[in-house]
Parts: sequence; structure tokens; C-alpha cells
Amino acid sequence: MSVELNGAEITVRCLQEEGIDCIFGYPGGAVLFLYDELFKQDKVRHILVRHEQAAVHAADGYARSSNKVGVALVTSGPGVTNAVTGIATAYLDSIPLVVISGQVPRAAIGLDAFQEVDTVGITRPCVKHNFLVKDITELAETIKKAFYIASTGRPGPVLVDIPKDVTQQTARFVYPDSIHMRSYNPVVKGHSRQIKKAAQLISKAKRPVVYAGGGIILSDASSQLTELVQMLNFPCTNTLMGLGGYPATDKQFVGMLGMHGTYEANMAMQYCDVLVAVGARFDDRVIGNPKHFSNENRKIIHIDIDPSSISKRVKVDVPIVGSVPDVLKELIDVLKADKEKFSHETLKEWWEQIALWRERDCLKYDRDSAIIKPQMVVEQLYNVTKGNAFVTSDVGQHQMWAAQFYKFDKPRRWINSGGLGTMGFGLPAAMGVQIANPKAKVACITGEASIQMCIQELSTCKQYKLPLKIINLNNRYMGMVRQWQEFFHGNRYAESYMDALPDFTKLAESYGHVGMQIEKPGDIEDALKEAFKLKDRLVFMDFITDQTENVFPMVPGGKGLSEMILV
Amino acid sequence: MRHIISLLMENEAGALSRVAGLFSARAYNIESLTVAPTEDATLSRMTLVTVGSDDVIEQITKQLNKLIEVVKVVDLNDGDHIERELMLVKVRATGADREEIKRLADIFRGSIIDVTSKSYTIELTGTSSKLDAFIDAIERSAILETVRTGASGIGRGDRILKV
Ligand SMILES: Cc1ncc(C[n+]2csc(CCOP(=O)(O)OP(=O)(O)O)c2C)c(N)n1
Repeated sequence: MSVELNGAEITVRCLQEEGIDCIFGYPGGAVLFLYDELFKQDKVRHILVRHEQAAVHAADGYARSSNKVGVALVTSGPGVTNAVTGIATAYLDSIPLVVISGQVPRAAIGLDAFQEVDTVGITRPCVKHNFLVKDITELAETIKKAFYIASTGRPGPVLVDIPKDVTQQTARFVYPDSIHMRSYNPVVKGHSRQIKKAAQLISKAKRPVVYAGGGIILSDASSQLTELVQMLNFPCTNTLMGLGGYPATDKQFVGMLGMHGTYEANMAMQYCDVLVAVGARFDDRVIGNPKHFSNENRKIIHIDIDPSSISKRVKVDVPIVGSVPDVLKELIDVLKADKEKFSHETLKEWWEQIALWRERDCLKYDRDSAIIKPQMVVEQLYNVTKGNAFVTSDVGQHQMWAAQFYKFDKPRRWINSGGLGTMGFGLPAAMGVQIANPKAKVACITGEASIQMCIQELSTCKQYKLPLKIINLNNRYMGMVRQWQEFFHGNRYAESYMDALPDFTKLAESYGHVGMQIEKPGDIEDALKEAFKLKDRLVFMDFITDQTENVFPMVPGGKGLSEMILV
Repeated sequence: MRHIISLLMENEAGALSRVAGLFSARAYNIESLTVAPTEDATLSRMTLVTVGSDDVIEQITKQLNKLIEVVKVVDLNDGDHIERELMLVKVRATGADREEIKRLADIFRGSIIDVTSKSYTIELTGTSSKLDAFIDAIERSAILETVRTGASGIGRGDRILKV
């Protein structure tokens, strides 16, 4: 038996049916009926943010740290345009989100009504898919489709735009158990013949590398990846998005690769003879100039769920389209079946070469400095949290230091905007992480420029008692911009100095939190310990760091992977 | 190289803009695009003519396939196919030119579908290059107006695009 419900009730019921326990949003005229229904129930918790960008980032942090679909709710017009940065951020990193937006009543669409924008048009290029619900009878099925599309195949954000009058109309509510779409059938199983070909290449490799990206995290394939890498004794590198996919403290891990990757990872990438790319997409920040990359002769195996990621920037020899954990499992089975074929002995020379590269100690920095070195803060954070924290970051130098110096052994612990590079992501994302993982230690590593892009969320943190630890690496510069200006623009620091900074300690206090300022390297550890002792308080830690520190190694834009600037 | 790509997609509002948006967002060339519902009204058939290297064409077909509403994509250039385009041309036709233009239309198997004392409107079907050739054969100043549909294509023989 099904009953007649209005569109707002149907929407909330759909969320309940999907098992959504928490959504992030901000009300407005077009979504008032939806808020009314949220008010009347208590299964779906609503977190009121202070800006719609933060609603989407928070839903995104929630999704990344939990592998559940994140949900955001925003009103029409400015609610949607504010949300676009968050949606694009999720899109570039393939994060499963459902964004529900209010729209003006159907009769007003196209008439430049108050708070009307063409939401489907504005968001089209930055969503996996979007819908405008024109008919109440299609509402429940559309929402089901949205969750299905967001979470299957290569995940991504899906937006459902609901006109206000549709939330008032009534219809019988039936939530479909499953969805079949003739136009959307993501592949799962990899092609067995291709997997055999890959196994052959792998068993003949003398200088192999496994290069694994965000696809490992998104598909929960780190255990399969780890098994494969350890069984083969291959070196493994992770992209910025893949950190935690392979345990960073393991001896076979050669560090992150790419623009700010380690010397050993980048050299191994460049000079390997067999490259196993898994859930990664050879993007410009990872392999630098594709021409330089292709100069070296190597065979490439590429495993990915998205056919369009294969041979997009680099031609590959053995493409395998499929769900990463399934393909890896099959590959492991095939390799196990003829184990004699490869021996760890053949890799001895390669590991010796890698050891030489490692000796270059590319991440060294001045540990005796009288001014706080940002790297040291991240190292101490790692020690104090015993590597067990969830760490979000903003965008800039601090993001790279976080990636280089916090050794992630587990997936879904490192949460950053890798694809879009969105300053302002860190704090709201951390809120979502904390809500998905209420007991966990959550740190947000940020810079004094980035943190000011969503600083208003300190208020949300107060309201919901989110005990985040904000690690502000305060160098009084948009450090990454300053670094590029130093290297490539003749030290002309155009508009990259952060003048007129607030007193962050007082700012935190005025939002009802604890503020600390740390100026001496010797105080870092104690300050961090003290902050984490304050289990139920948000602590804003303002570390006054060396203004001139740069991120090394660095592959300048347009250069090849082995053309690194080193310390 | 020039490729003619055919696809079937859900006949839904906004589906066309997803394809057009994809081409502009990724800076792919589009020479022509035609779309209309098929015998099954829930499906539209689209034909796209584009130019690109093999790598670009591979990306185009993959990206089209990735659109949620696209059901099937074929690159007609992968096998034998037939291509047709319809053109309507209005030409100035006075005095001795009248006979000359009629003769030309006959040679190209076109038909005159509207006549005034000063002009002919000619309907012509064929490959895009045949239509180009017809335009080239008429003196430019005599052409008053042209309208072309863009190419449609279909595989030869057993090559069938259907769900
Ligand atoms: C929204 C947005 N605007 C501009 C940029 C360009 N950008 C990249 S890093 C950076 C500086 C970040 O400075 P800060 O947050 O202080 O971090 P630092 O590099 O000093 O560690 C800027 C402006 C961006 N990534 N995002």
C-alpha cells in the first residue's frame, strides 16, 4: 500500500530510504517545504552551515571519509551559485554526492523570476549528471537514479533540481528497490585476456613500478593493491589523491610522485620498464610533460573504471577497463597460478638503483632552524596523533607538506582537493569528516590565506561541537604563489603577501573556540599534545612559520618528471 | 580526419545541450550536428560530423559514451556507410541563366521545388562533398540563399545501430 505524500515529504522519505543519516544545507524560499519536512522528522539530521560552498565541501568530506554518498541541500539562485565551487571540487575528484537544489515554481521558470538561475545549465559541465524534476510522479525515481549514478562506475556529484511547486504537489510514494537504465551500465569485470597479457608483462619486468591513484581509495581497493605489490615485491608510488591507498610506512613505498613528488618516485616512474597504473589518470601534475614522459621506452598497463581515462594523455599498451578491486583480484589469481615465472631476484638491481635515489634525501630541511619550519609541524602532528588522524587540507604549500610528511597508512584518512585545487575546502571538509567519524581525531592543515576563504564555518563548528584541530601554517604569504613568483617571475611578489591578517587566536576565541599561537620550534610538540588533550574543543593553532620556505622537489610546469628542482 | 559519428540517446529535455556542451568544453570540432526522434519516440538519433586525429576521435567517442543519456555510439567511419545531406538553394534565374541552372540541377539530380520569374529553389540530396560541388558549379553571385541539414549517416548492409 502506498499513500499520497507531497514532494517535500517524498524527498525526505527518499533520503531515509537511502539510509542517509545526515545532510548539510542552507535554507531559502525555494526549499521551505523541504525544510518543513526535515523539521517534522528526526531520522535525517541537518547540519546548518554558514555558506553553501561549505555545505557541499562538508558533504564531500563526509563522503570521502566514509564511502557513503554525501548529501547537500541548497536553495535556488544564489544558493546554487554558491554551491558550484563545491560541486566542481567533488566532480574533479570523482566524489559521490547528491546535491538537492530548490528551483522557482515551474510556471515561473524562464521568466527571470526572483532567485531563478538555470541550475541545470550552470552545473552541467561540473556534475556527473543532473536532473530538473518537472513531474511529481517522477520525483522518487529521479532521486533513486541520482544516488545510483553518483555511487556507481566512476563516482561523481549528481544534482537534482526541484521546483518549489513540485515540493507541494502530492503523489503516491513508492521508492524503487533498484534501477535499470539502458543508457548507463558501468562495467565491473575486466577483460580476462587483457588481464592475462598484463600478468605476462608483469612477470617479465625488471624495473617495474606500481603507480596508484585516487581510484584505489574510491573503490576501496587498498587491500588488493597491497597484496599485489607485496606479492610481487614491486615499488609502489601513490598520487596526491591515492595517498593511504598503499601504506606509506612500508619499505616498498617510494613516496608520492608528481610535481612535488619524491625524487625516487619520479625517477622510478621515468625509468621503469613496466608501469602498472591503477585508478590513476596521468594528469599534468603527475607526469609533467607527456612528451618527455613518452621519450622513455616502457610498457604500460592501465587499470581504470573509466574508459575515457585510458590513453587520454599517454598511450598505454594493455588497457583494462573494470572495477579496480575486481581486476586486481583476478590479476593476483592469475599471477599466483604461475608463480614460478617471476622471481624476486630479478628485481635486485632495480631496488639497488632505487636505494641510490633514496639517498638523495629529497625531503630534507633545516631541522635546527630557530624559526618554525612548516615540515616540522606536520611531522610532529604525525607523531602526536600516531599517524591515526584524519587530515584535511586546503591548497598551497601546506597541502604539499601535509602530503609529503604525514605518512598515511590507511585509505580515506587524507582528504584534499587535488583536481580543482580549491582553497577554502579544508575546514568545511573537516566538519564533514568529523560528523562521519565522531570519535576520530580530525586535523585541518591550512594556510592563513586558504583558511580565510571559509572561516565563517568556525561558527558551524561551535554550534555542532566539532572538536577539530586547525593547524594554520602561517607564513604571511600565499606561499605557493610566492614560490612560483620566486622561481619563475624574478622575485616579483605581486599581491601574494597576506597583509592585515586577523589575530587568529582572538578570532577563534570570539567564535567560542580555543586559540593558540606557536612561534618556537621547541613548543610545537607540547602545543599539539595540549590541543589534542582538549578532546571536545576546537583548537585553532596558529603556527608562525618561516616565510621563505619552499616545497621541494619541484617539477616545473611543462617539464619532464626527471627534471626536478631539488634542495 | 573527418569522421561521421552516429548515436542514440534518450529523447529527453537537455540531452542535446549535453552533447553540444561536451564539444565546446573539450574544444572538439563540430562541423555539423543533426538530431531527430527515431521510430521509437523515446530515442533520438544524432549524427555528428567532426574532424580530429585518431586520438581525438577515440576520446570523442569515449566521452560521448560517458554521457548518462547516451545509449549507443558508433563511428560510421569504422566500416562501410552511406552519408546523405539535404540542401535547399535559392538561385537567381533570369534570361539565359534559367536554362543553364535547370541543366545543372538535372546533372546533379536535384529538383526544382519553387519557381518565380527571377529565381529557382533547388532541392539536392547527396554526400556533403556532392553538395559542395554543386555550390562550386554555380556562380557565387547567383546564389541568393542556401540551407543545409548537415550530414546523416547509416551503416551499409548488416551494420545496424539499434538498442
Ligand atoms: C579559490 C582559489 N583561489 C586561488 C587559488 C590559487 N592559489 C593556489 S595556492 C594559493 C596560495 C595559498 O596560500 P595559503 O593558504 O596561505 O597556503 P601556503 O601556500 O602559504 O601554504 C593560491 C592563491 C586557489 N587554488 N584556489
